[in-house]
Amino acid sequence: MAIFSVYVVNKAGGLIYQLDHYAPRAEAEKTFGFPLELVLRPHDERVLVAFGQRDGIRVGHAVLAINGIDVNGRYTSDGKDVLEYLNNPANYPVAIRFGRPRLSSNEKLMLASMFHSLFAIGSQLSPEQGSSGIEMLETDTFKLHCFQTLTGIKFVVLADPRQSGIDSLLRKIYEIYSDFALKNPFYSLEMPIRCELFDQNLKLALEVAEKAGPFGPGL
Amino acid sequence: MTVHNLYIFDRNGICLHYSEWNRKKQAGISKEEEFKLMYGMLFSIRSFVSKMSPVDMKDGFLSFQTSKYKLHYYETPTGLKVVMNTDLGVGNIRDVLHQIYSYLYVDYVVKNPLCNLNETIQSELFRNKLDTFVRGLPFFSARAG
Repeated sequence: MAIFSVYVVNKAGGLIYQLDHYAPRAEAEKTFGFPLELVLRPHDERVLVAFGQRDGIRVGHAVLAINGIDVNGRYTSDGKDVLEYLNNPANYPVAIRFGRPRLSSNEKLMLASMFHSLFAIGSQLSPEQGSSGIEMLETDTFKLHCFQTLTGIKFVVLADPRQSGIDSLLRKIYEIYSDFALKNPFYSLEMPIRCELFDQNLKLALEVAEKAGPFGPGL
Repeated sequence: MTVHNLYIFDRNGICLHYSEWNRKKQAGISKEEEFKLMYGMLFSIRSFVSKMSPVDMKDGFLSFQTSKYKLHYYETPTGLKVVMNTDLGVGNIRDVLHQIYSYLYVDYVVKNPLCNLNETIQSELFRNKLDTFVRGLPFFSARAG
């Protein structure tokens, strides 16, 4: 059981706090001969697998390291273009490590504002009167839970689909936010939360919630 | 329990079919606008979900719920999307959405040479079969009429 991450979005759709609590690593390293059995394509300053799944390498995975040395976006550590390097037969055999690309802080901001509008559209397209926005979004690998306060702040928690007790966790996070962010005299409203006490108490609450296990507290 | 409405989109975002049974609130915009908004939302959710997921996904987006309704989503490998809105009491209905695709869409649209595949479905037979099928679902309550 796990809680993957927490996002706090202000009423304008800006991300004011983000925490990655638990990130399962899926990385695969393999030595290749020339030519490569995978199709690689540059995308958003990364080199991604576009076609060809094998040995734990999946479509969408990014090149993380070549011959054990981490790459820097689309470039190798010594500044050469990754795709050019891999097109040169003289560099083979080569060991490449692949993994799911990590979200950059810019992408996190973008995803937070994206969810902000999805939330609004979800309520506009409702077939029933007086519907809220998206409260829970389910996929096969995670569930997203969202709690919007009366003042418009959204607390979003990503967790394992079987994790329970998220509703009380969301209320708890709201409480921690009111106690440690809002009562902090150096905190200005709607701005990113940089407050150690908030951090500590949030992490504590996440650990308590995770211990509740798959079937909730009391079982 | 009740079924509110059903959308079928093709892979280009064209709304092939729309029907409603027990819808209490209209979106307040024209139907074409509503289909575009719905497809845009689903398209964004797909990309949102694939980026947010901590591990690689198989089926991807399944459903979301608000305080009043639940939206169920099923997508075939060819990009056909079946979307059904129900109330909150309905659990996982992936198999039902798959049946709408495989028994109704494939049998009465794909196998009908007179049906054009990338425009709104005109077939009266498909409409009737779909209506009967949805009204026969165990979570389609009788009072919905």
